[in-house]
Amino acid sequence: MELNCRHVWEFLSGYLDDTLDAAVREDVERHLAHCEVCSAILDSTRNILVLTADDRVFELPVGFSDRLHARLNELIGEDPTSPEKT
Amino acid sequence: MSVEADNRTEQELIAAILGGQKHLYHALVRPVEKKIFMVVLAYVHNPSDAEDIVQEAFLDGYRHLATFRGEARFSTWITTIALNKARARMRRSSAHAEVSLDDAGDEDRAPAVSPALLRDWREIPSEALERNEVRTLIRQAVSELPESFRTVFVLRELEELSGEETAAALGISLALVKVRLHRARIQLQKSLAPALRSATEPHRKKRWPSWS
Ligand SMILES: [Zn+2]
Repeated sequence: MELNCRHVWEFLSGYLDDTLDAAVREDVERHLAHCEVCSAILDSTRNILVLTADDRVFELPVGFSDRLHARLNELIGEDPTSPEKT
Repeated sequence: MSVEADNRTEQELIAAILGGQKHLYHALVRPVEKKIFMVVLAYVHNPSDAEDIVQEAFLDGYRHLATFRGEARFSTWITTIALNKARARMRRSSAHAEVSLDDAGDEDRAPAVSPALLRDWREIPSEALERNEVRTLIRQAVSELPESFRTVFVLRELEELSGEETAAALGISLALVKVRLHRARIQLQKSLAPALRSATEPHRKKRWPSWS
Protein backbone atom coordinates (compact mmCIF):
# COMPACT_ATOMS: atom_id res chain seq x y z
CA MET A 1 0.00 0.00 0.00
CA GLU A 2 1.21 3.47 -0.85
CA LEU A 3 1.40 5.50 2.38
CA ASN A 4 1.42 9.26 2.59
CA CYS A 5 3.44 11.16 5.17
CA ARG A 6 0.57 11.49 7.65
CA HIS A 7 -0.01 7.76 7.64
CA VAL A 8 3.64 7.19 8.30
CA TRP A 9 3.55 9.55 11.31
CA GLU A 10 0.69 7.50 12.75
CA PHE A 11 2.87 4.40 12.55
CA LEU A 12 5.99 6.05 13.94
CA SER A 13 5.63 4.79 17.48
CA GLY A 14 4.78 1.27 16.37
CA TYR A 15 7.74 1.37 14.01
CA LEU A 16 10.10 2.41 16.80
CA ASP A 17 8.77 -0.31 19.10
CA ASP A 18 8.73 -2.86 16.29
CA THR A 19 5.12 -3.76 16.91
CA LEU A 20 3.80 -3.22 13.35
CA ASP A 21 2.56 -6.04 11.17
CA ALA A 22 5.19 -7.12 8.71
CA ALA A 23 3.21 -5.77 5.74
CA VAL A 24 2.72 -2.34 7.35
CA ARG A 25 6.33 -2.21 8.35
CA GLU A 26 7.34 -2.82 4.75
CA ASP A 27 5.05 -0.04 3.56
CA VAL A 28 6.58 2.33 6.09
CA GLU A 29 10.09 1.35 5.05
CA ARG A 30 9.27 1.85 1.39
CA HIS A 31 8.02 5.35 2.17
CA LEU A 32 11.04 6.18 4.33
CA ALA A 33 13.39 5.13 1.55
CA HIS A 34 12.28 8.02 -0.63
CA CYS A 35 10.88 10.59 1.85
CA GLU A 36 13.57 12.68 3.48
CA VAL A 37 11.08 14.50 5.70
CA CYS A 38 9.70 11.34 7.31
CA SER A 39 13.22 9.92 7.60
CA ALA A 40 14.33 13.05 9.43
CA ILE A 41 11.28 12.90 11.69
CA LEU A 42 12.04 9.28 12.53
CA ASP A 43 15.74 9.96 13.15
CA SER A 44 15.05 13.00 15.29
CA THR A 45 12.40 11.19 17.33
CA ARG A 46 14.69 8.25 17.98
CA ASN A 47 17.54 10.59 18.90
CA ILE A 48 15.33 12.64 21.24
CA LEU A 49 14.07 9.52 23.00
CA VAL A 50 17.62 8.33 23.63
CA LEU A 51 18.60 11.73 25.02
CA THR A 52 15.49 11.99 27.18
CA ALA A 53 16.01 8.57 28.74
CA ASP A 54 19.62 9.37 29.60
CA ASP A 55 20.32 9.22 33.34
CA ARG A 56 21.87 12.68 33.26
CA VAL A 57 18.67 14.49 32.27
CA PHE A 58 16.66 13.91 35.40
CA GLU A 59 18.91 14.22 38.40
CA LEU A 60 18.25 13.08 41.90
CA PRO A 61 18.37 15.83 44.52
CA VAL A 62 21.67 15.84 46.38
CA GLY A 63 21.48 13.44 49.32
CA PHE A 64 18.27 11.81 48.09
CA SER A 65 19.51 8.26 48.49
CA ASP A 66 21.04 8.87 51.91
CA ARG A 67 17.85 10.40 53.23
CA LEU A 68 15.72 7.60 51.79
CA HIS A 69 17.83 4.84 53.29
CA ALA A 70 18.10 6.64 56.61
CA ARG A 71 14.31 6.75 56.79
CA LEU A 72 14.10 3.10 55.84
CA ASN A 73 16.57 2.31 58.58
CA GLU A 74 14.36 3.98 61.15
CA LEU A 75 11.54 1.70 60.07
CA ILE A 76 13.54 -1.45 59.65
CA GLY A 77 14.91 -0.94 63.14
CA GLU A 78 11.35 -0.89 64.42
CA ASP A 79 9.05 -3.82 64.83
CA PRO A 80 7.75 -4.30 61.26
CA THR A 81 4.48 -5.76 62.54
CA SER A 82 3.69 -2.47 64.27
CA PRO A 83 0.24 -1.33 63.15
CA GLU A 84 1.39 2.29 62.59
CA LYS A 85 0.26 3.47 59.15
CA THR A 86 0.44 6.67 57.16
CA MET B 1 21.02 0.33 34.49
CA SER B 2 20.04 -2.79 36.31
CA VAL B 3 23.21 -3.42 38.25
CA GLU B 4 22.14 -5.04 41.46
CA ALA B 5 24.35 -5.11 44.46
CA ASP B 6 22.84 -8.44 45.35
CA ASN B 7 22.39 -11.03 42.59
CA ARG B 8 19.55 -12.76 44.27
CA THR B 9 16.36 -12.45 42.30
CA GLU B 10 13.72 -10.11 43.53
CA GLN B 11 11.66 -13.06 44.71
CA GLU B 12 14.54 -14.48 46.72
CA LEU B 13 15.32 -11.12 48.26
CA ILE B 14 11.72 -10.62 49.26
CA ALA B 15 11.52 -14.10 50.76
CA ALA B 16 14.70 -13.41 52.74
CA ILE B 17 13.39 -10.05 53.99
CA LEU B 18 10.12 -11.59 55.08
CA GLY B 19 12.14 -14.37 56.67
CA GLY B 20 13.78 -11.82 58.96
CA GLN B 21 16.78 -10.43 57.07
CA LYS B 22 15.16 -7.03 57.12
CA HIS B 23 18.21 -5.03 56.08
CA LEU B 24 18.04 -6.66 52.62
CA TYR B 25 15.19 -4.30 51.85
CA HIS B 26 17.83 -1.67 51.04
CA ALA B 27 19.13 -3.93 48.25
CA LEU B 28 15.63 -4.27 46.86
CA VAL B 29 15.15 -0.50 46.84
CA ARG B 30 18.47 0.75 45.50
CA PRO B 31 18.22 -0.43 41.88
CA VAL B 32 14.81 1.19 41.42
CA GLU B 33 14.81 4.31 43.60
CA LYS B 34 15.92 6.72 40.89
CA LYS B 35 13.36 5.51 38.36
CA ILE B 36 10.56 5.79 40.89
CA PHE B 37 11.67 9.32 41.75
CA MET B 38 11.59 10.33 38.09
CA VAL B 39 8.11 8.94 37.61
CA VAL B 40 6.79 10.81 40.63
CA LEU B 41 8.62 14.00 39.71
CA ALA B 42 7.06 13.92 36.26
CA TYR B 43 3.74 13.75 38.03
CA VAL B 44 4.08 16.33 40.80
CA HIS B 45 6.83 18.62 39.37
CA ASN B 46 8.18 19.71 42.73
CA PRO B 47 11.33 17.73 43.71
CA SER B 48 10.76 17.99 47.44
CA ASP B 49 7.17 16.72 47.16
CA ALA B 50 8.42 13.96 44.89
CA GLU B 51 11.06 12.97 47.41
CA ASP B 52 8.51 12.79 50.24
CA ILE B 53 6.19 10.67 48.17
CA VAL B 54 8.96 8.28 47.14
CA GLN B 55 10.05 7.85 50.75
CA GLU B 56 6.50 7.16 51.86
CA ALA B 57 5.98 4.70 49.03
CA PHE B 58 9.07 2.69 49.91
CA LEU B 59 8.13 2.76 53.59
CA ASP B 60 4.68 1.46 52.72
CA GLY B 61 6.26 -1.10 50.45
CA TYR B 62 8.21 -2.43 53.40
CA ARG B 63 5.23 -2.47 55.72
CA HIS B 64 3.10 -4.33 53.20
CA LEU B 65 5.76 -6.48 51.60
CA ALA B 66 3.99 -9.65 52.67
CA THR B 67 1.04 -8.69 50.47
CA PHE B 68 3.22 -8.28 47.38
CA ARG B 69 2.27 -11.18 45.20
CA GLY B 70 5.19 -11.15 42.86
CA GLU B 71 3.02 -11.13 39.78
CA ALA B 72 4.40 -7.72 38.92
CA ARG B 73 7.92 -6.49 39.38
CA PHE B 74 8.68 -4.81 42.69
CA SER B 75 9.26 -1.51 40.85
CA THR B 76 5.84 -1.68 39.20
CA TRP B 77 4.20 -2.33 42.53
CA ILE B 78 5.99 0.58 44.20
CA THR B 79 5.16 2.78 41.23
CA THR B 80 1.48 2.09 41.74
CA ILE B 81 1.74 2.93 45.43
CA ALA B 82 3.70 6.11 44.68
CA LEU B 83 1.31 7.29 41.97
CA ASN B 84 -1.66 6.79 44.27
CA LYS B 85 0.06 8.95 46.88
CA ALA B 86 0.94 11.55 44.27
CA ARG B 87 -2.66 11.72 43.08
CA ALA B 88 -3.98 11.99 46.62
CA ARG B 89 -1.58 14.82 47.33
CA MET B 90 -2.53 16.71 44.16
CA ARG B 91 -6.20 16.38 45.00
CA ARG B 92 -5.56 17.76 48.47
CA SER B 93 -3.27 20.57 47.42
CA SER B 94 -4.96 22.07 44.41
CA ALA B 95 -8.24 22.98 42.88
CA HIS B 96 -7.15 20.70 40.06
CA ALA B 97 -10.29 19.17 38.64
CA GLU B 98 -10.04 15.51 39.36
CA VAL B 99 -9.08 13.62 36.26
CA SER B 100 -9.90 9.97 36.07
CA LEU B 101 -7.08 8.05 34.50
CA ASP B 102 -9.39 5.22 33.53
CA ASP B 103 -10.95 7.04 30.65
CA ALA B 104 -9.78 8.91 27.65
CA GLY B 105 -9.48 12.57 28.61
CA ASP B 106 -9.77 15.70 26.51
CA GLU B 107 -6.18 15.43 25.43
CA ASP B 108 -6.91 11.97 24.00
CA ARG B 109 -9.75 13.32 21.94
CA ALA B 110 -7.87 16.40 20.72
CA PRO B 111 -6.65 16.21 17.14
CA ALA B 112 -3.23 14.64 16.75
CA VAL B 113 -0.27 17.00 16.84
CA SER B 114 1.93 16.90 13.74
CA PRO B 115 5.67 16.45 14.16
CA ALA B 116 8.17 19.19 13.37
CA LEU B 117 9.03 18.92 9.68
CA LEU B 118 12.72 18.65 8.93
CA ARG B 119 14.69 17.86 5.79
CA ASP B 120 17.55 16.26 7.58
CA TRP B 121 18.60 15.44 11.08
CA ARG B 122 22.12 15.57 12.34
CA GLU B 123 22.49 13.16 15.24
CA ILE B 124 22.92 14.90 18.58
CA PRO B 125 25.37 12.83 20.64
CA SER B 126 24.79 12.12 24.32
CA GLU B 127 27.74 14.33 25.18
CA ALA B 128 25.46 17.27 24.46
CA LEU B 129 23.81 16.41 27.77
CA GLU B 130 26.88 17.66 29.59
CA ARG B 131 25.41 21.08 28.95
CA ASN B 132 22.89 22.24 31.45
CA GLU B 133 21.00 24.16 28.78
CA VAL B 134 20.33 20.95 26.85
CA ARG B 135 19.17 19.05 29.92
CA THR B 136 16.89 21.90 30.86
CA LEU B 137 15.30 22.00 27.41
CA ILE B 138 14.50 18.31 27.65
CA ARG B 139 13.12 18.47 31.18
CA GLN B 140 10.96 21.41 30.21
CA ALA B 141 9.58 19.68 27.14
CA VAL B 142 8.67 16.60 29.19
CA SER B 143 7.03 18.73 31.87
CA GLU B 144 4.92 20.48 29.25
CA LEU B 145 3.30 17.26 28.08
CA PRO B 146 -0.31 16.85 29.21
CA GLU B 147 -0.25 14.98 32.50
CA SER B 148 -1.76 11.75 31.20
CA PHE B 149 0.72 11.60 28.31
CA ARG B 150 3.60 12.50 30.56
CA THR B 151 2.85 9.75 33.05
CA VAL B 152 2.68 7.08 30.35
CA PHE B 153 5.78 8.46 28.70
CA VAL B 154 7.83 8.39 31.88
CA LEU B 155 6.74 4.87 32.79
CA ARG B 156 7.52 3.51 29.34
CA GLU B 157 10.60 5.48 28.35
CA LEU B 158 12.27 6.32 31.63
CA GLU B 159 11.17 3.56 33.97
CA GLU B 160 11.24 1.16 31.00
CA LEU B 161 8.08 -0.64 31.99
CA SER B 162 6.42 -2.67 29.24
CA GLY B 163 3.15 -1.54 27.73
CA GLU B 164 1.31 -4.14 29.83
CA GLU B 165 3.05 -3.11 33.05
CA THR B 166 2.26 0.54 32.35
CA ALA B 167 -1.38 -0.28 31.70
CA ALA B 168 -1.52 -2.21 34.98
CA ALA B 169 0.22 0.51 37.00
CA LEU B 170 -2.18 3.18 35.74
CA GLY B 171 -5.32 1.07 35.50
CA ILE B 172 -5.85 1.92 31.82
CA SER B 173 -6.04 -0.22 28.70
CA LEU B 174 -2.99 -1.21 26.70
CA ALA B 175 -4.51 0.52 23.67
CA LEU B 176 -4.68 3.81 25.57
CA VAL B 177 -1.07 3.38 26.72
CA LYS B 178 -0.01 3.03 23.09
CA VAL B 179 -1.96 6.06 21.91
CA ARG B 180 -0.66 8.26 24.72
CA LEU B 181 2.91 7.11 24.26
CA HIS B 182 2.69 7.80 20.54
CA ARG B 183 1.30 11.25 21.08
CA ALA B 184 3.82 12.07 23.77
CA ARG B 185 6.67 11.09 21.47
CA ILE B 186 5.37 13.17 18.57
CA GLN B 187 4.81 16.14 20.83
CA LEU B 188 8.34 15.89 22.19
CA GLN B 189 9.74 15.64 18.69
CA LYS B 190 7.76 18.71 17.73
CA SER B 191 9.05 20.83 20.60
CA LEU B 192 12.53 19.40 20.98
CA ALA B 193 13.73 18.83 17.42
CA PRO B 194 13.89 22.54 16.56
CA ALA B 195 14.98 23.59 20.07
CA LEU B 196 17.76 21.03 20.36
CA ARG B 197 18.99 21.72 16.87
CA SER B 198 19.41 25.40 17.47
CA ALA B 199 20.93 24.77 20.88
CA THR B 200 23.52 22.35 19.51
CA GLU B 201 24.38 23.68 16.06
CA PRO B 202 27.74 25.36 16.54
CA HIS B 203 27.27 28.25 14.12
CA ARG B 204 23.84 29.03 15.50
CA LYS B 205 24.79 28.92 19.11
CA LYS B 206 23.58 32.08 20.73
CA ARG B 207 25.90 33.84 23.09
CA TRP B 208 23.60 36.73 23.75
CA PRO B 209 19.87 37.05 24.02
CA SER B 210 18.35 37.12 20.57
CA TRP B 211 18.57 40.49 18.81
CA SER B 212 15.54 39.95 16.67
ZN1 LIG C 1 6.92 11.20 4.17
